[in-house]
Amino acid sequence: MVTAGFLSMRVLRALVLLFVLLAVPPALAHKPSDSYLSLEVDDHGIQGQWDIALRDLDYAISLDDDQDGAITWGELRAHHADIAAYALARLELSADGDGCPARVVAQLVDEHTDGSYAVLRFAATCGHVPQVFTGSYRLFFDLDPQHRGLLRLQHAGQTRTAIFSDVTPVQQFQLGETTPLRQFLAYMGHGVRHIWGGFDHLLFLLSLLLPAVLIRVDRAWNGAERFRDCFRDVFKVVTAFTLAHSITLSLAVLDVVQPPSRWVESAIAASVIVAALNNLIPLARNSRWLLAFIFGLIHGFGFASVLAGLGLPHAALLSALVAFNVGVELGQLAVVALFLPLAWSVRKRWIYRRGVLAGGSLLVIATASVWLIERAFDLKLLL
Amino acid sequence: MNRTIDSGHCRLTWPALLASLWLVATGAMAVPYLPTADQQVLERLPLAPADPVARELRALRQEVARQPERLDLAVQLARRYTELGRVSGDPRFAGYAQSSLGRWWALPEPPSEVLLVRATLRQRTHHFDAALSDLATLVRRNPRDGQARLTRATILQVQGAFAAAAAECAALRRLATELVWAACAYGLAGVNGRLRESHQALAGLLDRQPDAPPEVRAWVLSMLAEMAVRAGLDSQAEAHFRQALAIDPGDHYLLAARADFLLDRGRAPEVVRLLAAEPRSDALLLRYALALKALKAPECDARVEQLRARFAASRMRGERVHLREEARFTLELLGDPPAALALARENWAVQKELPDLRLLLEASLAARDVAGVGSVRQWLAQSGAEDVAVNRLLR
Repeated sequence: MVTAGFLSMRVLRALVLLFVLLAVPPALAHKPSDSYLSLEVDDHGIQGQWDIALRDLDYAISLDDDQDGAITWGELRAHHADIAAYALARLELSADGDGCPARVVAQLVDEHTDGSYAVLRFAATCGHVPQVFTGSYRLFFDLDPQHRGLLRLQHAGQTRTAIFSDVTPVQQFQLGETTPLRQFLAYMGHGVRHIWGGFDHLLFLLSLLLPAVLIRVDRAWNGAERFRDCFRDVFKVVTAFTLAHSITLSLAVLDVVQPPSRWVESAIAASVIVAALNNLIPLARNSRWLLAFIFGLIHGFGFASVLAGLGLPHAALLSALVAFNVGVELGQLAVVALFLPLAWSVRKRWIYRRGVLAGGSLLVIATASVWLIERAFDLKLLL
Repeated sequence: MNRTIDSGHCRLTWPALLASLWLVATGAMAVPYLPTADQQVLERLPLAPADPVARELRALRQEVARQPERLDLAVQLARRYTELGRVSGDPRFAGYAQSSLGRWWALPEPPSEVLLVRATLRQRTHHFDAALSDLATLVRRNPRDGQARLTRATILQVQGAFAAAAAECAALRRLATELVWAACAYGLAGVNGRLRESHQALAGLLDRQPDAPPEVRAWVLSMLAEMAVRAGLDSQAEAHFRQALAIDPGDHYLLAARADFLLDRGRAPEVVRLLAAEPRSDALLLRYALALKALKAPECDARVEQLRARFAASRMRGERVHLREEARFTLELLGDPPAALALARENWAVQKELPDLRLLLEASLAARDVAGVGSVRQWLAQSGAEDVAVNRLLR
């Protein structure tokens, strides 16, 4: 009953807050003029998204046809061709000196902190794989020299940023140095960072590992006697988790299965609760590896959405996938290498059994419960 | 009367925190979407094309485009945009003003008219040294240039270079009207140990000059209002604010000062009324959010997120013009004294007015930074500056 009341109140307050957030009218904010240019460069060409403030476009090419001081979607739509022509004429992308002509594939709308922006999605094709990529930007500098183009360039799992200004209208990037090895290392780095930064994965794994240095005798935990037994236990859990998430990670990246991410994220939070709960009320006593395997399948889908967010090279999909996975495993092994000796050395102390195992598991359950509520609530919002 | 600096965020709830994280993670912007109805309004322009000001500016812009060699037209347009930018607090107008000056802007020694506009715009983006150097060129060319000397005095005072500022004010005596000269001199004396006398003298002088141009009156009144606030003369401050806002109800600088006055006196509902319809510069949006926080209004969280996104956007641009606002935001709305203190110090290195000093003091107190409090005391002793709010904090 207590949990139910807690949940409904949280959800209610959250809904009220989100209503307020969504209800905020288009911001009337003041801000210097910026555009946001995001480019993804791969072997086949460039995918771009360019967010340009409606206010700036209006100042340049007059969008407010009925002169009432408000720009409607109808007015914007009527000017789509003008906008595409005006903007693309002021952006030159080139690969090693050869131009990469761009064409707009979609025009949308987005809100930034100072109002609505036209969103131009475009595709550019270069004759060959770029080694040196150059962006030359001239938008609005003639009308507003304080305008800036904020560039975000993604290539082979790396993100670089630059600012186009009237004094720095040309930006050049060396892409050619991306040897397969370098790319492999980049994705491996992402894997390591993700496991270390993704608290849910770490908490899940640690919850399963906590009892590995203990033995359950007569409904009570005691320190294990043989290191070999503990090691075998840890080995089983880690291997099962690795195997499981590798399977689903590959399936998702290769587009075989792709469950909705909100479902996955909620299930991951639930898995953390189950793993920690199992330490308080042991159900899967000697088969924690089975828990690791079953829920590892779900965590794999979670990794996949991260990897998808990094932008995957079509040409080297498999190598990026393997590299990311290797990174995840290395990050995981580092955790185990830290955990095992430490836990082994204090396993017979009271503080480990009561404080770390019981207290820690309770804390983990509390944290993961909040995650679960919040993720489930996001699901409500998105539906 | 102190600003609350203890309680941090508006309402620290899990949903609020998660919503913030979500906003930060998505770059504080929603996903691009396709509007469904043609009538849906996406953006409201600051000046409707049919507005007389907009018409006039458009005509002037076309004229400048047709005759790009005409310096007088270019300067006229640049001045209009500069003024619009000052009143509205909208930085885009500064860019338009710069563009109006075309090739003259980049010259090391452009004509004097251009230098004055360039110095004003550089001052506004806090490029104080570049602005001072432009003004020095103007004064070298014409030592009797009153406007250049007045602007120099203002910048020097902001930088805390009081002796140099006093020299410029003194030189103004023979170059400007009595009221302008007096405002320069008394404004400076008011931060150098003679606050009440200066306020009284300047207020008396303004009373004797009912025919002064309205823009000068508004300027002097806003100065008087701030002096009265610092001296603790609340009812007089109230009157000055009212008179000044009657002349220029949309002046964004004045509105910010008025909002601070009301916030300090627990009159948050009036701040909400004052600013609800105003376009939101960072400075006004900050005051609006502070008032919402004082009223425990649920909209506060959304405004805090908006401000957070704005400061992030400005950092992305590589710009730090609104350090004063960002420091106060970090202290009062994020409740992060160490970060606020770092920002307040960074701000203090650039500008040294009393609000900057107060911010430094509040952040130092909140972060329990003894050295920071000591440096504030030392500055007060050296300069003779007075502010009842600062004194109260130091007691």
